[in-house]
Formats: sequence, C-alpha cells, structure tokens
Amino acid sequence: MTPLGSILGFGTETLDMGIIVRNVSKRFPGEKGKGEGLLAVDNASFEVPRGHLVALLGPSGSGKSTILRIIAGLEAPDSGEVMMGGKLVSGRPVHQRGVGFVFQHYALFKHATVERNISFGLEVRKWPRREIMQRVDELLELIQLKGYEDRYPSQLSGGQRQRVALARALAPRPSVLLLDEPFGALDAKVRRNLAVQLRALHKEVHTTTVFVTHDQEEAIEIADEIVVINRGRVEQVGTAAEVYDRPATKFVASFIGNVNVIEATVENGTLFIGPGRLPVGELVDTSRSGEVVALVRPEDIELVEDDATPGIECTLREIRYRGDRYEQELDLAGLAVHMVEDKTRGQTSGRRPGDRLRVRFTRYSLFEAESGHAALRRQLESLGYIE
Amino acid sequence: MRDPGRDVCGGAFAFPVLGDPAPGAPAPGGRAFLRSRGSGGAEKFLIGIVLVWFAVLVLFPLGAMVRGVIDAGFAESLRSLASPIAQHAFWLTLGITVISVVVNTFFGVILALVLARQKFAGKLLLNGVVDLPFSLSPVVAGFMFIILFGPNGWLGKWFEAGGIRVIFALPGMILATIFVTVPFVTREVVPVLQESGTEQEDAARTLGANGWQTFWRITIPSIRWGLGYGVCLTAARALGEFGAVLIVSGSVIGRTQTATSYIHQEFVDFHYAGAYAASLVLAVASFLMLVAMELMRKRVADRME
Amino acid sequence: MAIWKARRAWKARSTPGYGDLGRPLLLRAMAAGYIGFIIALPIVALSVRAFGGGLGKLWANVVRPDALYSLELTLAMAFAMVIVNVAMGTLMAWVLVRYKFPGRSLVNALIDLPFAIPTVVTGLMLVILYGPQSAVGRFMAAGGVEVIYAKPGIVLALLFVTLPFVVRSVQPVLMGLDKEMEEAAATLGANRWVVFRKVVVPSILPAVLTGAALSFSRAIGEFGSVVIVAGNIPMRTQVAAVFIYGEVESDNPQGALGVSIVLLALSFLVLIALYLLQRVGRNQDA
Repeated sequence: MTPLGSILGFGTETLDMGIIVRNVSKRFPGEKGKGEGLLAVDNASFEVPRGHLVALLGPSGSGKSTILRIIAGLEAPDSGEVMMGGKLVSGRPVHQRGVGFVFQHYALFKHATVERNISFGLEVRKWPRREIMQRVDELLELIQLKGYEDRYPSQLSGGQRQRVALARALAPRPSVLLLDEPFGALDAKVRRNLAVQLRALHKEVHTTTVFVTHDQEEAIEIADEIVVINRGRVEQVGTAAEVYDRPATKFVASFIGNVNVIEATVENGTLFIGPGRLPVGELVDTSRSGEVVALVRPEDIELVEDDATPGIECTLREIRYRGDRYEQELDLAGLAVHMVEDKTRGQTSGRRPGDRLRVRFTRYSLFEAESGHAALRRQLESLGYIE
Repeated sequence: MRDPGRDVCGGAFAFPVLGDPAPGAPAPGGRAFLRSRGSGGAEKFLIGIVLVWFAVLVLFPLGAMVRGVIDAGFAESLRSLASPIAQHAFWLTLGITVISVVVNTFFGVILALVLARQKFAGKLLLNGVVDLPFSLSPVVAGFMFIILFGPNGWLGKWFEAGGIRVIFALPGMILATIFVTVPFVTREVVPVLQESGTEQEDAARTLGANGWQTFWRITIPSIRWGLGYGVCLTAARALGEFGAVLIVSGSVIGRTQTATSYIHQEFVDFHYAGAYAASLVLAVASFLMLVAMELMRKRVADRME
Repeated sequence: MAIWKARRAWKARSTPGYGDLGRPLLLRAMAAGYIGFIIALPIVALSVRAFGGGLGKLWANVVRPDALYSLELTLAMAFAMVIVNVAMGTLMAWVLVRYKFPGRSLVNALIDLPFAIPTVVTGLMLVILYGPQSAVGRFMAAGGVEVIYAKPGIVLALLFVTLPFVVRSVQPVLMGLDKEMEEAAATLGANRWVVFRKVVVPSILPAVLTGAALSFSRAIGEFGSVVIVAGNIPMRTQVAAVFIYGEVESDNPQGALGVSIVLLALSFLVLIALYLLQRVGRNQDA
C-alpha cells in the first residue's frame, strides 16, 4: 500500500489537532419571530482527542449536523465555544479554520471539472501551479479516479461524487476532517464499502475526524468513539462497547441496538414487570425504587432449562427464523417481549407458538420513569424506537 | 425549472414567462388521452388555426417590413442609415443601453441575492416594487422622472443649482431606461440562486475561500447563464425603449434623439425609407438577442436539472 | 483590542457561510436604496404632486372629456385584447405542447419575438402591412374595414406585443400536467370534452389568468406601437399613454397627473392580482 500518511501530509504534530466543544447552544429563530424557535443544540460539550475518528450519532433532527457546522464555522453558536488544537476558534471565520468538510449531498461545484473541484482549495490558497497539479494527481490516485479529471460532477455516479468530495476536502491538508452524513445518499452496498474505506484511510493518516450519522451500525463499525445526541443534548460519549453495554440514558439504550422497553416497579428489593407485576428476581441495581423502566436487549434474555434456577414464566407467541438466529416474541404476563437466540444454541427446534417457557434476563438497565410510564412510551413511540 | 408556482419569492410577476419552457424535451405526442384518440380532423383544424393566427400576427408584419425596405431600395436605405442624425441616434441608444445594462446587472445581482437569500421585514414589499416597472406604462415612468427632476422637482432643484440638466438631457434618458429594465436581471437570477442553494458556497468557504473568492469563483459561475439571459432581456428592452425615453428627452434631433425616436420622427415626417431601414436594424438586433437568449436558456435548463 | 475582538465575533456570527461579502445588512441597504431611488422615489414624487393640488383638482383632471375618453378607450381595447389573447394564447400553448406538426419549433422559438422587438418597430410593421398604402389595407378599406388609425389597429398592436404572455405562462403548466389524471377521468367515464372542462381547465386556470393579467397590464400602458398605429386623435384613437404624452408635450404636465395616477393605481392592482394568483397556483401544486 502507498504510504498515505506522507502523501496526505497528516500526522505532522503541528497540523493534527484535537477538538473541544464546550457548552455550545444554538437556537434557530421561529417563523417571523413567532414562537420560541427550535433549540437545535442544547449546552453540548464533548472532546475529540487528537487523531481520533468520532461519530456524532443521533436521530434526524437531533442537532448533530448543526454541531458539526458549528465546529466548521458554518453556523455561529449562540453561546459556548469551540477549540481546536488548544486554541479558541469561535470567532474565526470558516475559511480561516482549516477544516475539511464533506457535505451530505457533496456540494461539488457543478460548473467545474473533477480536477478543478479538487484543486479549488489549493487555488484559493495560491499554491504554485506545479504543486497543485502534483497534489491533484496524488488525490486522484488515492480515490481511484485517475482519468476522470475532465469529467463534470453530473457525469459521475453517487459513489464517485462522494470520493471526489472527500478528495476535495483533503486536498489542502486540513487539520480536522468533518463529514456530514457522508454516506447518507448512497445505496446500502456502496455505503458499506465506502465506510470501510474511510476507516482504512483514517487508520493510515490519523487526522482528527468527526462524522455525523444516524446509522448506529455505521457508527459502531467505524468510529473510535461515539457521541450520542438527542434533542440537541449530548446523551453519552464513549466507545461502541460502552454505549451499547452501559447506556447512560434511556435514550441511548433504546436508540442503539434493539431493546425491550418494559414498565416495571421496584418493591422491597424485587423487580416486578408489566401489568401482571411479574417478579423478576433479586435486584442487582438497588439505587432505584418505585416506578422504573427496565430496558432489556433481546439477546440478553436467556432460556432457563433447569428447575433449580429461578426464571420468569412466559408463553411463546411467535418464532421466526432469520438465518443466523431465531427471533421470538414472548408473552410475559401480558407484556410482549422480544428475544433473540443464536441458531447454534440449538434448543429452538421443535418449539411452537403457545409453548410455556421460562426465561431470565442476563443483563438489564433500570431508569427512572420521571414522567410516568405512559409518557415515556409515547415519547419513544413518537421517535419510532418502539412500535 | 421555471415554475413560478414553486418560487417563493419570484415576485408577483414570476417573470420568466419567456422562453420555451422545456428545451430539448421529447417532442409531444405522448399517450395523453386528449390526443391519443384518433382526433385527426380536430387536431388538424386546431393546428391550422394556430398557424394562421401566428402568420397573420407575427410573420406577415415581419415580411411586410422586409418588403418595405426592399421597395424603398437598398441604396436609399443605406444612405438614410448613414446620415449623421441616424448615426447619432444609434450611438446614443447603444450608449444608454450599455450603461443601463451595467447598472442593472450590478444592482440586479445584489437584489437577487437579497431576495433569494435573506429574510427580513418588508421583503414582500421590496419584491413587489421590483416588478412595478414591468406593469407600469413607460410614459408614466418618464413622466415621474420629469416631476422628480424637473425644474421644480425635489431633486431637479438641486441638480439645476449644480448646473446639471437631467430632464431633456442624457442623465434623464439613462434614468428612464434603467427604470424600465430594473426587473429583468433580478427575476432571472433569483430562481437560479434558489435552485442552486448555498451548499456549494459553504463548501468553498470550508476550503479556504474568502467572501470575494466565493462570490467570483462559485456564485457567479453558478448563476452565469441566468444572468446572461437577464442581461439579454435588459439589453433588448433598453434598445427598444421608446415611451419613457421620448418623454424625458424631448427628442431633440441630433442631440437627445434615440434610435426609436428617430424611427418615429422619420415616420411622422413621411421619410419611410429611413424609418424602415432603422426598424430593420433594430429588429435584427432584437432577433439576435433572442437567439442568444435561446442558447442561454438551454444552459439554464441544463443547470437546473 | 476588546472592541476589535467583539467586532470580529459579530462578523462571524452575522455572516455564517457567506463571509465578508455577505454582510447582509449592507447588501440589503444597497438593494433597498437602489429600488427606493429608482422606483419608489419617482412614484412618491408623482403622487405628492398629484394629490398635493387637492383631490378636487385631480378628479377634474381625470373626468376631463378627452382624459376620460382615453381611459375608457384604453380599458376597452385592453379587455378586447385580453379576451382574444386568452382564447388564442391558450389554444397556442395547447397545440404547441400536445401536437406535433411542421413548423412547431419555429413557432415556438418566435413566440418571444414580439417581446424583444421595439414597440415602434411593431407599430411600423403593422402600418406597412395594413396601412392605406398597402394592398391588404386597400382591400380592407374597400370592404369598409379600417384598421390603421382606428380601433382594430389598436387591438392588433396590443395582441402583437402581448402574444408571449398567455402562451408562456400556460405552456409549462400544460407540460407538467399529469396525464394520468386525464386517463383516470376517462376510465371514470368522462368523454373528451368533459375531461378538458373538468380536469384540464381547472389546472391551467391560474396560469391563464396570470397570462391575462400580464397582458392586461402591458396593454394599458402600451405606447410605442399604439401611437404609430392609431395616431393621436383625441376622442377617437387617443389611448391613455398617448394622452399623457400629448399633455406633457404641449407643456401641460398638470393635465397628465390624473390619468397617470389612474394608470399607476391599475398597475398596483395588477401586481396584487398576480401575487394572489401565484399563491393559488402554488397551493395547487402543493
């Protein structure tokens, strides 16, 4: 493989900068001054360590793109500050921040050829002609579009446009690379392919990179850390394993991966679930009591075979074969709960809807139901996380 | 494309009513119910009506004018075109046109940027007023400038004191022409700006371009064909403007007489050869303008796809 | 130093994405200033002069027989033109969009020509073709029909200069018309005439009216072609614009104030009508 690091000029300590976002808020005004407008970013703080690849993950409209645009300087925050490489950049205009930005719909210059698109950032920096040509050449090689110099963006496929946009952003050797839903407009296969390429590229060049996505699988697959954002707030910052296994909030638990949202009650150190107040067993987490919400991932439900182990009595409602796994819907005293079982566990064969089973939760998280169960359910339903 | 309905600030006039709305679109004759049933007779009848109407209204008069020039004789026509009076009139018209185009291109682009990209109180009013010159009689336009810049006018007093004549002089004629051509550039550029959005400009900024570089390297190239179309409309209108300029100029022969008022004068004086020849020159000029517009409009349509 | 920093922060905040050039207030001020000087100020000056002499004087100005006649004639001619233009313009748009025939692209390309040709030239062409010296003119005169220096000539000139408006506003709507709508109506048992009336007409109506309003506003202000075709005969062929010109030429600008204000008011009305029509069209699209 070509020594990408040297080609791209990353890795030099002075250029490579971490990002700090501190207490940033941004409100978009409502129509004609009426109403309060939309609080797109609500006191968001997080850090992107130097050289890391970080995903801003959240549902559409959560404010993640706005945060990215604030880092780039395309939007000005109402309050809070952005630092790069230890320096405050909040007052610095976009074109002096030295960021590379890949737009969701690429924003390629329609009137310019591939070559002129890539060289733009170098031309406005008044690079010598010879160096520009050399640099464009390197980048065309990198994105495997040699021979496409004189094409116009309209003559390229979606994936090719995406690569040109990436090359254009990388051309001036940015200290920070920002990508706004970089694969959002592509079909699934190209998307996966490019995501893997981005990961490989980053491994090689180690420039500080932030990308926005609403696709949790994409975030888990390629990011070093994930910043989960909901309604303009940072819900959790952590590695993929951290946000998946130890969600800090109900939202994180329900947004990342599949989860059963179960209304529950804690009384005398015992957890009861559902309208039938089924006892689950001794609590591990004793910090909460009263009305709570238990979040259980489908793969964290396990069948109990021997009678010695305590388990929850339930009925199998439906069983579906999914190739590598079985998806099952259980009825826990009137509560519908999903369970996923690896095919290799093997006990599923011969099971029929209507069978009586006993299960236990190997892991679950409890959250306070501040506004009551019904309100939470409505909120999650409106966001589309539960049916 | 040019869909006035979709254009939130296309102005009351949604002006781009000109131009074949779909250049390069497949020829008609699809499966539309209203044409697919063997309607040969009715179809031919309707086509016939349209062709006859078009011939009577447009082609015959054009032909008659060419005939008129031929009848008057080429030598005679050329002689009258070469006369100092005619020469002066044409050069004056050209000068006024160039100035009007420059001024209205400059301010038209600014207006378009403001109308397409900004939100502010009073935008609806500004948007409406921009279209007014199109719906107002040019004679009334000229008359307004006489009142404003006449000897007793609000501004006329000042200019008079400074020794500058506006009315019955070149400045007034330029102002009147600028007035009647205000809407064209703006109305052509606004939809293109709205269509192309701000993403490309944002991209240029992140790549290190400052405001001017972004404007010249990104904004202008993306609106260039729409702008060119608007410039052609402005030029065509300025070349042919008659009422507004006539009334502020007083049409002093050899001094403030433009090409159109020269034609009028020659016609009134029964010098038909001069009138016909000058008319043909202007008609050819506007025809060329139309061809240029046709070419640019195709580029606009391509860009908007 | 602190002030300088604050200024920079302000700049960055006020111009996200558009930088130094896009200082929105400066651009807005330039735009508003330009329109204010070139368009609004003259209108205010005319209005102040007109209403400054008192309403009674202005009214007398409008109802002067020759002034009133010119206004009536202008409106009558404009309405006559609009009726013909709506019918023929819609038909033309229909034929150009739906049928294929030799000469189609020529007609389509030349439709805008009347807009580009100077109005004086238009008038002259019509005089050459239909005037008393021409064969057509003599033939018509023999049949007792006077075109030039008479009302038919005015309508003809107006039809010429407004030719593009109805065609060009109806054409795109017809092209965008969902053919499946017509087919659906047909499957529901509508015959061709019913389909046209119930499906096509309602869809293109806002566009037709827009074209009509554009034509109307152009017609009431038209000067160049009409002054040549109709001459300047008070109480017979003198339209409003020509009347104003005559008053100003004969050094009586006061006499032109009333008619000017009426034309100005009509222009504003047309602008408002067009604005409303545009909103209707937009709702239909959405």
